[in-house]
Amino acid sequence: MIKVEHLTRTFGPKTAVDDVSFEVARGEVLGFLGPNGAGKSTTMRMITGYIPPSAGRVAVCGFDVAAQPIEARRRVGYLPESAPSYHDMSVAAFLGFAAEMRGLTGAAKKRAVAKAVETCFLESVLHQSIDTLSKGFRHRTCLAQALIHDPEVLILDEPTDGLDPNQKHEVRSLIKRMGTDKAIVFSTHILEEVEAACTRAIIIDRGRIVANGTPAELKSRSERAGAVRLTLRGPQAEAARDALAKLPGVAGVEVVADEGGAVAVRALPDKARLETAFAAQLAQAIMSRWNWTIEELHTEEGRLDDVFRAITRPDTAREPAAPAPERIAA
Amino acid sequence: MNAWTRIWTVAKRELAAYFDSPVAYVFIVIYLLLTGFFTFTFGAFFDRGEASLGAFFMWMPWLFLFLVPAVGMRLWSEERRSGTMELLLTFPITTWQAIVGKFLASWIFLGIALALTFPVWLTVNVLGDPDNGVIVAGYVGCLLLAGAYLAISSATSAMTRNQVVSFILSVVICLALVLVGFPPVTDLVARWAPPWFVEGVAAFSVLTHFDGFQKGVLDSRDVVFFASLIGFALFVTGVVLRGQRAG
Repeated sequence: MIKVEHLTRTFGPKTAVDDVSFEVARGEVLGFLGPNGAGKSTTMRMITGYIPPSAGRVAVCGFDVAAQPIEARRRVGYLPESAPSYHDMSVAAFLGFAAEMRGLTGAAKKRAVAKAVETCFLESVLHQSIDTLSKGFRHRTCLAQALIHDPEVLILDEPTDGLDPNQKHEVRSLIKRMGTDKAIVFSTHILEEVEAACTRAIIIDRGRIVANGTPAELKSRSERAGAVRLTLRGPQAEAARDALAKLPGVAGVEVVADEGGAVAVRALPDKARLETAFAAQLAQAIMSRWNWTIEELHTEEGRLDDVFRAITRPDTAREPAAPAPERIAA
Repeated sequence: MNAWTRIWTVAKRELAAYFDSPVAYVFIVIYLLLTGFFTFTFGAFFDRGEASLGAFFMWMPWLFLFLVPAVGMRLWSEERRSGTMELLLTFPITTWQAIVGKFLASWIFLGIALALTFPVWLTVNVLGDPDNGVIVAGYVGCLLLAGAYLAISSATSAMTRNQVVSFILSVVICLALVLVGFPPVTDLVARWAPPWFVEGVAAFSVLTHFDGFQKGVLDSRDVVFFASLIGFALFVTGVVLRGQRAG
């Protein structure tokens, strides 16, 4: 439904988006991740046809955005980054305007507005002027505008920005629900959101795609993926660390916490010899060798956070961030 | 949905925005007060002893010089500042339709303000027996003049997100278009420049072309002048908006 090919955009000497290609099919929810200024918004603006690309092309539902902009735009609902709206209008008037711009009139317009209002929980402020609304309501008003013509493609630039946790949850489940029969691209800084709502995620850094996969695939790229976290009662922190590090199959051990007589450690498996039962193996080894109490033991999935930090660079540093934590190798 | 439906949708919203905010009412009241003041005091409406709106029309190029940019300054700068331009231009409409729609809305608004000066027209008709054909021509001229100023304001407001800058720029440009045909200025230039030059430059003045309408002459050349000025200024608006996005 969305086909982006070798998209490049320069602003003067700066390249904001550099040779980005991806596709989004119906039923997919693509999470667009990246640090501030990575080129997320610029890419979305090119998909919606707001700004022309310097090179490359975008097709929406088979229509080239540059050559057939009207046909392409008719199929897209767009929530721009700052969720703009005409503040002097009431919510109802604004949504009515958006519906008319989409060619909906009469009964069809009424139905479309009513549905969008219901989806975005705007009944209570329907006749209020937008400039009297809180940020959350303004945001949802603009989101309602994007949904009003039930588009096949949704481009949402930070749809949960400025919402409270309940509203965030609502919007996420809305995206997930709508994602079953639409192609959705949304950008966010919030990594849990990607896990909660996306079928696929792309991480973009300095205008380039640095990762593209399902959230699970991305998480497994984390060095902590498959690591076992243990809370032990009995040994001293250093003793536990050194002893565990010598066990077969353990690539490294790090102390996470040492409080109230309990030591929390993370044991990283030697990935070359990774066995599925790393946790069980570890537990057995501990119980057979030492007289320690295992209070907690679980396998970590890996965190998107770590992957994100490992492959993107903060705008304050030139070198890759996230130095590895102190660890003793086996 | 055809082009005019889209243009009209944009225009309707824009027009409603004028009347939803105090801008419309403040503008209309000030416009009517000023026209009354200029017509009856400076224009010496009653002392002229003639049944015409000459005293009324002669002030319009000067009054509009400040009032029309005040109406037009927000056209695009407000859309840019609040980010709604991104919304408007990603709807399934062309940039041209948006430009024309917004321009039409403001023009209609100015037309409404102009129409509300009807008491002046009533007055001359009660007091005497004016040539209403001349008056109609005068009103047509006013409308075209307002349209030309407005189109220039549209172009300057596309250039900046700051309404004040947009206002000043359009006043300066409109003033230049007035002055090149203003007799005191042309007389000054005529002292050192050859007559063809003076006339050539004056041909670009809105004053020169507005003159005919005041006298009741609907000359197609004057209409073409205003129409092409409007067309050109709206074209510039389009170029500016496109240029900004192309970076």
